Amino acid sequence: MSETAVQIDQVSFRYGKRLALDGISLSIARGEVFLFLGPNGGGKTTLFRLLCTLIPLQQGSISILGHDVSTQGDWVRRHIGVVFQAPSVDGKLTVWENLRHQGYLYGLAGRELRLRAEEALEHLGLQDRRNDPVETLSGGLRRRVELAKSLLHHPQVLLMDEPSTGLDPAARSDLWNYLNLLRDQQQLTVVMTTHLLEEAEKADRLAILDRGRLVALDSPGSLRSQIGGDIITIECEQPEQVALLLQEKFQLSPTVVDHTVRLEHAQGHQLVAQLVPALGPGVRSITVGKPTLEDVFIQRTGHRFWANQEETTSASHLSRETDLP
Amino acid sequence: MNTSAATQVQPLAEAAPRLGQGWLAVWSLGLREWLRFVRQRNRLAGALGQPLLFWLFFSEGFRETFQLPSQGTMAFREFFFPGVLVLILLFTAIFTTISIIEDRREGFLQAVLVAPVPSWALVLGKLLGGTAIALVGTLVFLLLGVFLKLHPGVWGVLGTVVFLFLSGLSLTGLGFVLAWRMDSVQGYHAVMSVVLFPLWLLSGAFFPPPPGVLGYLMMINPMTYAVGGVRRMLFLQGGPLNSGDPPLWLCWVVTLAFCGAMILLDMAVTRTRTQGDLR
Repeated sequence: MSETAVQIDQVSFRYGKRLALDGISLSIARGEVFLFLGPNGGGKTTLFRLLCTLIPLQQGSISILGHDVSTQGDWVRRHIGVVFQAPSVDGKLTVWENLRHQGYLYGLAGRELRLRAEEALEHLGLQDRRNDPVETLSGGLRRRVELAKSLLHHPQVLLMDEPSTGLDPAARSDLWNYLNLLRDQQQLTVVMTTHLLEEAEKADRLAILDRGRLVALDSPGSLRSQIGGDIITIECEQPEQVALLLQEKFQLSPTVVDHTVRLEHAQGHQLVAQLVPALGPGVRSITVGKPTLEDVFIQRTGHRFWANQEETTSASHLSRETDLP
Repeated sequence: MNTSAATQVQPLAEAAPRLGQGWLAVWSLGLREWLRFVRQRNRLAGALGQPLLFWLFFSEGFRETFQLPSQGTMAFREFFFPGVLVLILLFTAIFTTISIIEDRREGFLQAVLVAPVPSWALVLGKLLGGTAIALVGTLVFLLLGVFLKLHPGVWGVLGTVVFLFLSGLSLTGLGFVLAWRMDSVQGYHAVMSVVLFPLWLLSGAFFPPPPGVLGYLMMINPMTYAVGGVRRMLFLQGGPLNSGDPPLWLCWVVTLAFCGAMILLDMAVTRTRTQGDLR
């Protein structure tokens, strides 16, 4: 069996005239916890929809476990588990009825379905809530039901869209522990999207998407280490002039991002000691820190992670509907 | 989450397609519609109450003035009875498909769309679930026919039920295709009031086809053949039939064709994604 779980080649996607994905290519290995990180509108949800076969490919190709999503969609659907951002559970049905329904959709019935549903309830700590209507459960518990549903048919690739949405920090930590366990025990490949920078640190590898383009692809540690040494951030009244001064007087290469001056330097602390007297009173603050994933994002895109908050992923630019092949 | 228990997880099983999996999905989707219906009892009260009031008030109101063309002898209460049956069916069946809009809004539908379920199974599951709900109210009302001294006989009753079943499928099918493209329940209600009332008012439920444009409109309304079929079945064992209904064979042909066309249309429409799917 292929050691590549997901292969994405030159995938582009348009909602009407707006380009949501622009020539994305990458591959995800089996057993990897892989994360698509990006601000809203970055294209990660579109990619998620393509991976889970909710929308058809327009350009490029995607294969999952060696099977093409366009031509072997049914095979792919049997082997992926999907967790949506908005839980797909039925609130009027009980936890057990939701699991049974999911089992039926995946061709499970009788004793096998009962065993698997029991197993899922046990693993996710839902045994004592099995007869409760899902609408009476908290957001965190609903997310567990959703996860139980998606794992019922023992998928080999688990696709999750912003699974931490609505979870408190403890529940988020539980979720990650469970995902890591599934990966270790069953070689489950986990592919998820997130806009939370702190969550991205937990992935084996991550792809940073911005405005439909793949701007970085590596492990969180490697990405951070590609930035030289320390990050110095200067908040001041006239950032352009300060940047010019740094270029001319110190031969540095600063960038101005969101009205702050940013620069990378191997020995940040030593440099700051020289900069402070030279910059004068217009400076409000100077900070030195180790690079974070946000610094990687800024370095690759030239803008802040949260700068592009207009929601453009979804339907606002979508032509009325998209035909499946 | 019980992470310690997860260490006992069985090795991955190869998920293989099973024979009859489509029908399992049909059963599950239909059953779910039913469970949701019985857990919202006000829906049942609404489905039965309104037509019952319609029937009682209209049949009393028109009792003295109603007369069928050509020496009609049928009382309005009897003439109107099949129309009310179809009315109950029409409203309950079509409004069960509101669940599609709710399913999409609540996120339930997306899980079905990415499951290995063929489009015919999705359509039939929804349609059969909705039809079963609609038939319950309609059949309860059919029992009231006893008080009208209708004696359709076994074949008449069976034929009536089959007509109602096929019409139920067609109407849920019609609701399905309209609901699929909508993302608000309010919008659906607005469209439905424009579509439903002409469909019912011009079905021969209220009055036989008059000469002129209205008569032609009634001829092209598939519901005319549902009402006509039910009326002919209920009066199968004789009784006054000068109600202007189409011949029975034509009622069967049109009702079957309408049903088939709606199912095919629904299957085609499930292949499209709407704005609501991509929120």
